[in-house]
Amino acid sequence: MAEKTTTSHREEQNRPQVDLATSMMGRRGPGMHMTGNIEHAQNLSETVGRLWGYLRQQRATLMLAGIIVVINTLLTLVGPYLLALAIDQYIIPGDLPGLWRIGGLMLVVYGANSLTTWLQAYIMAGAAQHTVRALRNDLFARIQTFSLRFFDTHNHGDLMSRLTNDIENVNNVLSENVTQLVSGLLSLVGVAGIMLWINWRLALVVLFMQPLLMLTVTRWVAKNTRVGFRDQQAALGKLNGLIEETVTGQRVVKAYSREPLVLADFAADNQTLRRAATKAQIYAGFMGPTMNFISNLGLAVLAGTGGWLAVSGLATVGTIAAFINYARQFGRPLNEIANLYNQLQSAVAGAERVFATLDERAELANAENALSLTELQGDVVFKDVCFGYDVQTPVLKGVNLHAKPGEIVALVGPTGAGKTTIVNLLTRFYDIDSGQIIIDGHDLRQLHRHDLRRQLGIVLQDTFLFADSVMENIRYGRLEATDDEVIAAATLANADQFIHRLPQGYETPLSERGSNLSQGQRQLLAIARAILANPRILILDEATSSVDTRTEQHIQEAMLRLMAGRTSFVIAHRLSTIRNADQILVINHGEIIERGTHESLLAQQGFYYNLYTSQFRATSSAAVQPQTAATVQAMLPA
Amino acid sequence: MPATRKLAIFLKPYWHWATLAPLLMVLEVSMDLLQPRFIEHIIDEGIAKSNMQVVFSTGLWMVGVAVIGLIGGVGCGIFTVLASQNFGADLRQTLFAKVQALSFGNLDTLETGGLITRLTNDVTQVTEMVSMLLRVMVRVPLLMVGSLIMGYLTSPRLAVLFLVLIPVVSVVLLRVINRAYPLFGGVQQRLDRLNTVMQENLAGVRVVKAFVRTKHELGRFQRANADLTDHNIQAVRTVAVTMPLMMLALNTGIVAALWIGGVSIDNGGMQVGQVVAFINYLMQALMALMMISMLTMRFSRAEASSVRIGEVLASRPEIQNRPQAQAEFAPKGAVAFDGVTFHYNGNHGDPVLKDIRFSASPGETVALLGATGAGKSSLISLIPRFYDVANGRVTIDNVDVRDVDEATLRQKIGFALQESVLFTGTIRDNIRYGRPDASDEEVAAAAQAAQAHDFIMSFPNGYDSIVGQRGVNLSGGQKQRIAIARALITDPAVLILDDSTSAVDVETEAKIQAALAKLRRGRTSFIVAQRISTVLAADKILVLDDGRVTAVGNHAELMESSPIYQEIYASQLDNGVVIDG
Repeated sequence: MAEKTTTSHREEQNRPQVDLATSMMGRRGPGMHMTGNIEHAQNLSETVGRLWGYLRQQRATLMLAGIIVVINTLLTLVGPYLLALAIDQYIIPGDLPGLWRIGGLMLVVYGANSLTTWLQAYIMAGAAQHTVRALRNDLFARIQTFSLRFFDTHNHGDLMSRLTNDIENVNNVLSENVTQLVSGLLSLVGVAGIMLWINWRLALVVLFMQPLLMLTVTRWVAKNTRVGFRDQQAALGKLNGLIEETVTGQRVVKAYSREPLVLADFAADNQTLRRAATKAQIYAGFMGPTMNFISNLGLAVLAGTGGWLAVSGLATVGTIAAFINYARQFGRPLNEIANLYNQLQSAVAGAERVFATLDERAELANAENALSLTELQGDVVFKDVCFGYDVQTPVLKGVNLHAKPGEIVALVGPTGAGKTTIVNLLTRFYDIDSGQIIIDGHDLRQLHRHDLRRQLGIVLQDTFLFADSVMENIRYGRLEATDDEVIAAATLANADQFIHRLPQGYETPLSERGSNLSQGQRQLLAIARAILANPRILILDEATSSVDTRTEQHIQEAMLRLMAGRTSFVIAHRLSTIRNADQILVINHGEIIERGTHESLLAQQGFYYNLYTSQFRATSSAAVQPQTAATVQAMLPA
Repeated sequence: MPATRKLAIFLKPYWHWATLAPLLMVLEVSMDLLQPRFIEHIIDEGIAKSNMQVVFSTGLWMVGVAVIGLIGGVGCGIFTVLASQNFGADLRQTLFAKVQALSFGNLDTLETGGLITRLTNDVTQVTEMVSMLLRVMVRVPLLMVGSLIMGYLTSPRLAVLFLVLIPVVSVVLLRVINRAYPLFGGVQQRLDRLNTVMQENLAGVRVVKAFVRTKHELGRFQRANADLTDHNIQAVRTVAVTMPLMMLALNTGIVAALWIGGVSIDNGGMQVGQVVAFINYLMQALMALMMISMLTMRFSRAEASSVRIGEVLASRPEIQNRPQAQAEFAPKGAVAFDGVTFHYNGNHGDPVLKDIRFSASPGETVALLGATGAGKSSLISLIPRFYDVANGRVTIDNVDVRDVDEATLRQKIGFALQESVLFTGTIRDNIRYGRPDASDEEVAAAAQAAQAHDFIMSFPNGYDSIVGQRGVNLSGGQKQRIAIARALITDPAVLILDDSTSAVDVETEAKIQAALAKLRRGRTSFIVAQRISTVLAADKILVLDDGRVTAVGNHAELMESSPIYQEIYASQLDNGVVIDG
């Protein structure tokens, strides 16, 4: 339980935040790539190939976007050139009509530039979102087909992060970075070309100096921050772990007055984080000012050399003005591509994990010609069934049982004996290792799994409720049930009373894990759900363990009426829950060691007898002793 | 940002760094603002007049100014980090200490998940905001104002363009933000919805499979997914307008500057360099404006975090030591409830307990029985003062529990809660949680009494096995038994077991009961249980119904006097059995 809650908080923290500010920028801020751990994709070409499989459905749109990106980049390059032209050819010579004309041309170019920028974002938004949507749908549909074994062995937090973080990364890359990368590369080549064409001398200065400085600085900072961020991340992880655990167990902390010790632990971890974070952030903080410095230095060198060239007659004023613009246009994609590289890497790594999940083996498939039994009789036979959740530890060893239609079969035994496992096999959540399970004369593996489960009603010990109204939670048992049928089922389950006391009755919304209800109340809802499903075989796995005994008795009476003529399996610790069973199977260490009715088992004076009389022997109060002995006597057949 | 402003006190100890950072930022920005003027100088004084001396010296000046700017920028970064990280660490520490001081009632309202988010996510958000505030909030307006001033100084005539462009751009930005903000809120909602569906399908996978609801769930997911996609597209497309419009405004400004400048230069009122410099200032001003609009949005998110943090900081622990609270307390264990009434939500609403009166002598065992929701757990949680009574009083050895120091009181009481929470660490550490100095023998003895010793020894590492995600997996019953051992080891005067054997099978429970019977001697015990077998041996059984004690007595007495007790008894044993007392 504690573990589950922990996971959920983690999920909450992983919750991706929609960031309007970033979206408006159209790109991530500088240094953004520095803050996370840089991941590397394992198999780039294959993953990209599979992503392309999704993108192909948008082929026409993508082609259009590609053309627009190229046009847009060209227009961006033309702008500063026209600026240089305007200064050199028209302003300096004082050609005012010419200035008006070229100004008009510039307005047209700039207008078209803005239009194509908008178009490309507009188109890519649709293409990216639809691709990501298909990916998400596939992932969810795939997860639905996995067997319980998969969910046993995979961390839920991890799976959630596939659907959220990993897909979000893919989304970002598709909607922004791909076009950025294309236009970035195009601009680099274009700007370099134009600069060389306008003034090769000045161009060489810009082309050599800027990238060289930028790469050197980025590398130096990245090298130092990587270690720093790793330390910071580790310290943060440790502290967050402490926070989660302490706050989850806060009541225990208080009950044992451990607050001072907990605070001391926290202070130590917090101090470690303070130091690590300060160090890492200071290094990362060098990035911005240094980039700014390089850009300013570039400006100085450009102005200096440009001035010198101009004085020597090798450059014009307009050229310098244009170069100031071009230098900026050259620096920006350079910086962006460095950022993009890391984002692309982590997106591909994310896509890789998504695809790996998609490639997981699905649930045990239905047999080729699976039988579709729509009306089960409820005759269940286990023949020498052996099973283990993993290979080393067998849980069931040669279990034999036969439940005839209409019988109530109780499974009794210590915790961990294998009772729930029998249920798990009957519902075919898992497949058996050897032996055979036969329902109505058919091997379980020959039956269509969904048809089988549709006729089983299962109430588990740990009740799961959905974040929906009470009404809808019960209706989950049979989606087409009317409100009246739901209420009737709730009444049978003895839940109607407390539901009426809830603030909005049947329309009261339940929180995700149903925490606004007590454990007992949640169990009553689960029972109502199973009643509504109207199954041919009912399975109650400790379904009333948290319900008080009087209520339980009422439920049982209702159930008995409901289940007349149907087979039921009941797992319970409480004697009262099982004494009416037609067969009681006593399970210990994965084997059925005794079987019979309540009376015959008591008469045997074996394991069952010990299980249910030891409690009376154990009581120490002398006053009660004779009386309990009398009780035991009364329970035994005369 | 009123909530954020309240948190500013945490910045106080670091005020020198918090002031130095913006000051150094002023230095960096001023240096940045000088650069276009130097370019203007190079063009108009150097190139136009073919003065190489001016070109070189100005170029050197530019480098020098860039270096000073670098120093300012790096310094600002360092001091910002020092101020903001220390601020964040202190805030987190204070918040955590506050959570430790909260009482059960506060924890009920604030909820575990919420508290964790506040301590982690929200503190990070606010810390980041402080860091941005120190760095950018000075930089951007300064750049903005500075560009306006420098632009005006460069050419008053061209500066008229500011008067046109800035209002136009502001209006565009405001309109986009106003439209986009709710859209992104909607996207967040849909994203949460999608995640909820996913999470429910992971946590409730058995239910989904058992009821064969795969198709239903697929439909639910696809609807949520399509809804998210539509909203996302709409939101992204709405903001996609911003950048192109901004650029258009800027570029129109440039063309206008060229026209106006061209005319002025023609009639000798201006020089080329001025136009070039002005265009630079224009760019900087508009970019700064855009940055401001984005920062506003960032801050609104941090403000939400500040509000959540402020809520915790402002909450008063419902339970506080009285000024003259007893620090020394060595009770024998006589517990008495004297007309106790209790509500969960402050002192309004239906009382959960009504006029409870009973007393237990030292060494007695008191069992509580009653239906789900009758008030059993509420009653026993008043003894260690997890909650305060609304009326009446709870006493131990005739001392009101409110007159004893909280920690002292709880050290005398052993409590095994309904939900057995264990902490990461060894089993041994978990058992001696309440008394870290307990010896290994004492740990083993407590585990033996709780019937935990045998299963603990069956693990390869015995008492040193690690509990938690990467350690041994304990079943519910095993966790409960460790929790009982944890309660026993403190050797309390009052022992409280709140339905703490519900997941333990009957036979093991009987063994625990037998072991406890020995340990119970000399201490008062309270036991909440559903099973009648658990309560049979109690000296006193309280039958609760709807918040009232409807019957008190031992088993034999109650079998005679209490119909409810008889019914509970009968429901657990054979209906037909009649027992005469």
